[in-house]
Amino acid sequence: MVASRESNSNPGRIPALGLRFLALIVISILLMYFDNRDSHLNAVRSSIGAAVYPLRVIVDAPARVWSWFGESTTSRNDLQLELARLKAERLLTNARLQKLNALEAENARLRAMLDAREQVRDRTRVAEIMSVDANPYDHSLVIDVGTQDGVMNGQALVDADGVIGQVIEAGLMTSQAMLISDTDHALPVEVNRNGLRTIVVGTGTIDSLELPFVVNNADIQVGDLLVTSGLGGAFPAGYPVAVVDSVTRIPYEAYADVTAKPAASLGQVREVLLIFPAAEVSSGE
Amino acid sequence: MSRDRASRRLPVILSFIFGLMLTIMPLPDSVDAFRPDWIAMLVIFWAMQLPRTWSVGTAWIVGIILDVSQGTLLGQHALALCCVAFVTVRFHLLMRVFPIVQLTATVFPILAIYQFLLFWINGVAGVNAPSVAYWGPVISSTVLWPIVVSILSGMRYRNRPGH
Repeated sequence: MVASRESNSNPGRIPALGLRFLALIVISILLMYFDNRDSHLNAVRSSIGAAVYPLRVIVDAPARVWSWFGESTTSRNDLQLELARLKAERLLTNARLQKLNALEAENARLRAMLDAREQVRDRTRVAEIMSVDANPYDHSLVIDVGTQDGVMNGQALVDADGVIGQVIEAGLMTSQAMLISDTDHALPVEVNRNGLRTIVVGTGTIDSLELPFVVNNADIQVGDLLVTSGLGGAFPAGYPVAVVDSVTRIPYEAYADVTAKPAASLGQVREVLLIFPAAEVSSGE
Repeated sequence: MSRDRASRRLPVILSFIFGLMLTIMPLPDSVDAFRPDWIAMLVIFWAMQLPRTWSVGTAWIVGIILDVSQGTLLGQHALALCCVAFVTVRFHLLMRVFPIVQLTATVFPILAIYQFLLFWINGVAGVNAPSVAYWGPVISSTVLWPIVVSILSGMRYRNRPGH
């Protein structure tokens, strides 16, 4: 009697622990297998993601309040300085814009002459970065727009200076994007100077990219601007990606050792532009 | 009874929500490599204190949420946390009577196993990830463990009915 009571109330025994543990392990392994093989589980992901969304907002709140506080307490002097700077910048930009308008008109004329379709400006949308991935070797970030804003997988992200990355998982209200510096990211580019086509691959460090497939005798030099070639399909052509910062030609090797610095400041952006592919461009070219 | 249960569950759920916030909070790159495994620490603590209510099942659900919010393979953190919970529940009677130094020394290998599982799954699934950074969280979590225990114990006993 005493013995049975003791075994019943033995606090060390948790009923069916081993069984539950095994079942959960098997479920996890199956989940991982299917998640890795194809993307059938995206619906599950985005629904759980929607449940975590409020948490992201709360986590993001202090940073938002801080930046709002910073903006609303800037001194008059600072504001005037900034205003002057912006005015000067605007003048400069306007001057450039005039030239651009003329070029655009000329371009349209030439294209019409070539019987090509008129190139439409890409439609864009501003998105805000909500968080950066916690894993330091997985360069991805979460932005505050999702499928309900028309975001889709594979869409390009740029900032004022160049390409940042692309959307890899469009959720309902937030989406996950991979940076071009991620080791899994490759991007078809061309050298702006001579049109040499190659591929830029992320290195896992935020301020460096590499070009693993540049043949030893290719015409590429330090300072060359790399722009998207549009050949991969995901990115529209002509956006700056990186500037070549070192070229090492190794004798007896097939490929030169070329690295480049991203044009966009990948670690500092807060707002990004999402580019919606224009239908006319893709069907016309 | 139901009020009794609710008042016992609330601190656990709150601690997990707070842990999740700390886990997804953006940090500068240099500090990020040493971000403690808050969720793993919480799983160890609660599985040790209340193994009947919070063990492998809870660990698995929290793991799935972690997978989604971190964008890792669905089931990766779930599996690793499940193992953490299992080991902890197995040894919870011992761990409860350990003095804090010995407890910390026990938690260290559990966290190391956790990080190793995450790293190993990455390797099997072919996800690129250098191994060095995986030791940062283990070290920082072990260092912070005594503090976390004292905070959580306070939380637990204050909310305990009858006290």
